[in-house]
Amino acid sequence: MKGWKELEIGAITEAGSADSYNTGSWRAFRPRWIEENCIQCLFCWIYCPDSAITVNDGKRGEFDYNHCKGCGICAMECPGKKGKKAIVMEEEGK
Amino acid sequence: MSTTPLRLKELSKKEDLLTGGHRLCSGCGAPIAIRQILLAAEMPIVAANATGCLEVSTTIYPYSAWKIPWIHTAFENAAATISGVEAMYKALKKKGKITERIKFIAFGGDGGTYDIGFQSLSGAMERGHDIVYICYDNGAYMNTGIQRSSATPLGANTTTSPAGSVIPGKMQPRKNLTKIMVAHGIPYVAQTTPAHWRDLMTKVRKALEVDGPAFINILASCNRGWRTPTDRAIQDSKLAVDTCFWPLYEYENGRLTINYKPKEKKPVVEFLKTQGRFKHLFSPENEHILERAQEIVDREWEALLREEAMWKAEEEKKEQ
Repeated sequence: MKGWKELEIGAITEAGSADSYNTGSWRAFRPRWIEENCIQCLFCWIYCPDSAITVNDGKRGEFDYNHCKGCGICAMECPGKKGKKAIVMEEEGK
Repeated sequence: MSTTPLRLKELSKKEDLLTGGHRLCSGCGAPIAIRQILLAAEMPIVAANATGCLEVSTTIYPYSAWKIPWIHTAFENAAATISGVEAMYKALKKKGKITERIKFIAFGGDGGTYDIGFQSLSGAMERGHDIVYICYDNGAYMNTGIQRSSATPLGANTTTSPAGSVIPGKMQPRKNLTKIMVAHGIPYVAQTTPAHWRDLMTKVRKALEVDGPAFINILASCNRGWRTPTDRAIQDSKLAVDTCFWPLYEYENGRLTINYKPKEKKPVVEFLKTQGRFKHLFSPENEHILERAQEIVDREWEALLREEAMWKAEEEKKEQ
């Protein structure tokens, strides 16, 4: 039998390793970003439960579809431009 | 070090300390709150996390979504664990082994905070540890399949307060934990929601700045337990505030400030009607529950308004 000194550490020692786990396959609906309607308010970014909106130097970029679970909060909260949403939800597989 | 302004453009340049790839449900309110909390903090954070959805789903072995030192504790002792960590930090600092300023946060759901972890929370607050306890309140034991807690609102349908011919959902009103924490006489207590991100982040910064215990209660919607579509987290949090079901307020050294007063206070049914857990309340025989729910909201809101007015009157008197 192994003594306690030989046992492997039981804790998770790599910080943020969930980043490599794909939750994108959970999606039933897929958000689509329509850049011309985007006012860069970043509400989608601050309200995303899955850190699935990439932002570079203060400007939003594409969705991170490996992590997006398709909840639709971003589309719901998107103010859009002149009444036109910059994020729409579309059924997966269509 | 300069403080990052609470503007989304500036904040988005900071590193997200909770990664994607966690297994919390699609549309969950808790990780929205956690991301905002960690983005608000301007110093290294060490966290303890009571058992609950957040703990289980962010750390499914061998993965962790946390980029900060993080300790899983049992349901009942997140506050005790973080007290111990803080005491050790103080000792090491005294010995000169740590020079950096580090702050300590305990996270718990309403089950781990209002109920099971309540005595260790109360103890940690009373002992005056320099910690922040943050409760994400989704109003039931959602992780184990929606059992009622003492945070569950009156009339809510849960698996242990099932609405049917015998009872119309939970028979008791929720307990006001935020006010109980105020009664501990600690330097900072606040209530907020992730929909009000600037309010939430301001409160997190205040809580981290005080020397001593602080408590923040955050309403975190749960679409599984609230029986709502997955895109409702922010909308329902706003309705909770606009109906004064969940007012935004804070106590700084015992002094109350109401951070937001709706121009027109919406009837509480506006908050209840979007959620399937309250669906049965809208049949005629349960009308009295809706009336009682409104009475509770009115009573608590009016008490807050009166108290704030009292503080203002007292301060004006002192100025004269």
